[in-house]
Amino acid sequence: MNAALVFIAAAALLALCLGVLARRGRDMDLEQWAVGGRGFGTIFVFLLLAGEIYTTFTFLGGSGYAYGKGGPAYYILAYGTLAYVISYFMLPPIWRYAQQNRLYSQSDFFVRKYDSPALGVIVSLVGLVALVPYLVLQLKGLGIIVETASYGAISRTLAIWIGAAVVTAYVMVSGVHASAWTSVAKDILILAVVLFLGIYLPIHYYGGIGAMFAAIEHAKPGFLALPSQGESIWWFASTVLLTALGFYMWPHTFGSIYTAKRAGVFRQNAIVLPLYQLILLFVFFVGFAAILQVPGLKGPDIDLALFRLSAKTFDPWVVGLVGAAGVLTALVPGSMILMAAGTLLANNLVRAAAQRGTDDPRTARLAKAFVPVVALVAVWFTLQGGETIVALLLMGYSFVTQLFPALVLSLARHNPATRAGAAAGILAGVATVAYVSLTHTTIRTLLPWLPDGLKDFNVGIIALIVNVVVLAVVSLATRSLASGERTEGMPHAQARR
Amino acid sequence: MRAIHWLAVLPFLGLIVGPFFVDRVQPFILGLPLLLAWIVAWVVLTSIIMAVIFVLDPAARDDAPQAPPPGASRSGAAR
Repeated sequence: MNAALVFIAAAALLALCLGVLARRGRDMDLEQWAVGGRGFGTIFVFLLLAGEIYTTFTFLGGSGYAYGKGGPAYYILAYGTLAYVISYFMLPPIWRYAQQNRLYSQSDFFVRKYDSPALGVIVSLVGLVALVPYLVLQLKGLGIIVETASYGAISRTLAIWIGAAVVTAYVMVSGVHASAWTSVAKDILILAVVLFLGIYLPIHYYGGIGAMFAAIEHAKPGFLALPSQGESIWWFASTVLLTALGFYMWPHTFGSIYTAKRAGVFRQNAIVLPLYQLILLFVFFVGFAAILQVPGLKGPDIDLALFRLSAKTFDPWVVGLVGAAGVLTALVPGSMILMAAGTLLANNLVRAAAQRGTDDPRTARLAKAFVPVVALVAVWFTLQGGETIVALLLMGYSFVTQLFPALVLSLARHNPATRAGAAAGILAGVATVAYVSLTHTTIRTLLPWLPDGLKDFNVGIIALIVNVVVLAVVSLATRSLASGERTEGMPHAQARR
Repeated sequence: MRAIHWLAVLPFLGLIVGPFFVDRVQPFILGLPLLLAWIVAWVVLTSIIMAVIFVLDPAARDDAPQAPPPGASRSGAAR
């Protein structure tokens, strides 16, 4: 047993203990389990919402992207910031409505706003299809981290099984309370690790951050800005916009809105979260430092940059500490995803199908029972491997973004979208995303006559446009149909024709 | 939409439109490539802008938990 393994095992154990203890004598009914009794203050909501910043995707992917692609990685900083600006305006009304109507899930919001359980089923299915690959990605990251940081002592497969078992156990016991408490440990550890690595590595290898960037510019001119084609400035602008809109559309992120005690929490967080996010800058520094120190990683291996450089630089116990932080970045979002998926399945699919036959206690039991099922499905997909997972995740992000128009319109005093319009828009958007992703269509192949810059547009924008157009047309049609029925027999209306 | 809310448009201009004009590595600003320095500056500015909106926003005061709407007697909420 090496020194690194001790830290990694301690992290898993710490998460398990914190997660189980988070219950602390509470009766875990649906209200407590799924939305924390709607009693979380600024700090917990902050940590849950900030949880989105440090998943394995940003920890490994952020440094990996900086290492492999350079400038395009900056988009991660930009889109999060804009998402927080949106949150200032969007989250308080969502929270207030959820509070008044005792909602548990994202789908509940659509069900109630549009008075349509069927729309809730559609939204749930979109959410589930997006959530599973997200969970797979966390487990996959966990496997990589543990295998690398334990110097191969624990295999990837074993790590994935252990991680999934731990997170399933404490989610079933403590629900969102577990996510909140484990995220305290996660954020403290990750903050320390990322700041240390991001400052130490550039100084150790280059003599400073400025010197590091100068060296990279010398070796690879232009790498630190955007390329002229592909992930160009047009790609950057469209991707930042698209992902900022989709940020809060993930079912587990949306669900964490409900946990707040009061609406003001979100407005305060909108001030602090952009700054907190700047810590990602140090994640980038690690990736940049690796460029000239561990060159040659290609394709999916760019995600290993952070660990390769750590292993090259430090003693095993430091690598173990980095690995421990990495494990927590997988477990916390994993727990939120499992809970959201369980709630969607029990509350919005089973309960909707059973009509009024299911009460809250039964739904709570069912939601918990679905947790190991979802975990097993995710483990199965993870062990299947293959690159399709990444394709699925990108698809997942574009999927959940399709919920944005119908959601935002429903916040208006007089919602211009009708039930049919919302459903048709979401379905059209999702179908476009699926078609485009599965056939690998890009705007370049779709509309070859466009000027070069526009060809680099994020293809998700097209799906969003299709969505909005369909929503508008169907809403107009169903509305005039409805008002036509209502005005039938009114002499004025007929006389006008 | 209240006038003060329009300030929130600035981060979108800074982070989506702005990069078109600063998509370069040099000059380095405080050691950072120009594009990265621009984005970091806008992240900080965004935080300041949101703080200004928060302070001046009447809606933010509406969030205060113990503020029953005028004329409404909510005996249940008041305990």
